[in-house]
Amino acid sequence: MIEFKNVRKAFGKRVVLDDLSIVIPPGKITFIIGKSGEGKSVTIKNLMGLMHPDRGEIVVDGEDITRLDEEQLRLYRRKFGMLFQNAALFDSMTVGENVIFPLREHTRQPLPAMLERVEQVLALVGLPGIQHKYPTELSTGEKKRVGLARALVTKPKFLLYDEPTTGMDPLVSEMIDGLIVQINRDVPGVSSIVISHDLKAALATAENIVMLYHGKVALAGSPEDFRKTKDPVVRQFFSGSVEGPMEFL
Amino acid sequence: MPVRTAEIAVNWLGVEATARLVEIGKFFVYVGDVLKQSVRKPMRTSLVFQQLEFIGNQSLNIILLTGFFTGAVFGLQIGGIFQIFKAEGLMGAATAKALTRELAPLMTGFLISGRVGSAMTAELATMRVNEQIDAMEAMGVDPINYLVVPRFIASLAIIPLLCVVFIFIGVIGAYATGVWIFRVDVGIFIEKMTQIVNMTDIWNGLEKSAVFAVLMSLIACRYGLRASGGAKGVGIATTNSVVVSLLAILCFDVFLTYAQVKF
Repeated sequence: MIEFKNVRKAFGKRVVLDDLSIVIPPGKITFIIGKSGEGKSVTIKNLMGLMHPDRGEIVVDGEDITRLDEEQLRLYRRKFGMLFQNAALFDSMTVGENVIFPLREHTRQPLPAMLERVEQVLALVGLPGIQHKYPTELSTGEKKRVGLARALVTKPKFLLYDEPTTGMDPLVSEMIDGLIVQINRDVPGVSSIVISHDLKAALATAENIVMLYHGKVALAGSPEDFRKTKDPVVRQFFSGSVEGPMEFL
Repeated sequence: MPVRTAEIAVNWLGVEATARLVEIGKFFVYVGDVLKQSVRKPMRTSLVFQQLEFIGNQSLNIILLTGFFTGAVFGLQIGGIFQIFKAEGLMGAATAKALTRELAPLMTGFLISGRVGSAMTAELATMRVNEQIDAMEAMGVDPINYLVVPRFIASLAIIPLLCVVFIFIGVIGAYATGVWIFRVDVGIFIEKMTQIVNMTDIWNGLEKSAVFAVLMSLIACRYGLRASGGAKGVGIATTNSVVVSLLAILCFDVFLTYAQVKF
């Protein structure tokens, strides 16, 4: 389980996370949503230990990660697999080299076993046999799926998705959302955390949703809770209307 | 009004100076990290060999061409002066002395900063702005260990060797002008050169070259890792990296030359 306890993070005078407290349950798909600049990425960077909160605790499996030093954080990050917004594949490497990279770095498995695992995860994301291709030869959707295969290859406990469908056409978005559900169902013990501003995708895919507003939780609950809520901020975000309490930058 | 202007100027200087000092402090922390990671496992031998090939092998042609022409031009210039004093026989010695102590390490440093340093910065900066370095960190891999250390070790190992090649080919350039244009006797050319140039000169040149290699690789990687702001950011990082590398090389050249001459 992941728990943020009164986490504060400011950049100069701008407070991005303001006493943020959230609970992310294990084994579920949790969407963290909110409009741009509400601290979704900052939340995930704090969770990965890539950024440190000014105060508060981030407890992951009973351990407060804000107390870990850089070496311990490096080990801690191996619990995570992350799909970046632009997939962030190493463009000097082939697909196979990209996917095998975390295995080579963190395991002592023999090469044939690693190659077999690469084949497995590429098949899981629907792209078997493309190990020899370079990222430049792939479409945006394929890059995302290879990024997902790379995130999955070490069998992480937590899978993080940073804006997985931003800039995608509806068909690819649908396919990525389907993959998130499929992987969370088929990979035992994995918890998926999705950063998104797509409330409709969240309602269709998530089991748990946390909406951030002004550095705090506007609403946390199931998709049903979000459908029923009368909270004007959530309603405005849901409808996409410019009329309402939510200001636009 | 002048008091107010002076106050603003002093404040601005204070802020600027503090920012520069913080930046220098951070650079030293980064250097410490690179040195620490250089002796820490995993040793990335294959990445070091890739960089040796890129820095050494792929720079060989430009080093050979520049070395030959530098030696030939220096020979022509100095030969013309020595001719006035009927001392053309010394031109080989003078050229070799200048090449070993100054021209070869400096020119090699400049060429490598332009060719290799810019490429290092551009590659790492592109990786930074495309989130590839963030991905590496998220996978628990230290970018300093994976990206900087192999470049640093390979630069330190191969650039002094390129400097030796520069000296050798530069002497051939001087020989060509001396023997074919100024009609210097081959025996005299070689004898004077071996009399005047000694191992200390070569060692001093290699020392400089090693220091320039360290400066170039550290500065180039630092600017690459800190890049931001898309394609424009990559361009800015690359330009700044080359300019700072060249200035650092010139600045350290003065101190090293002073130390070598005095001690």
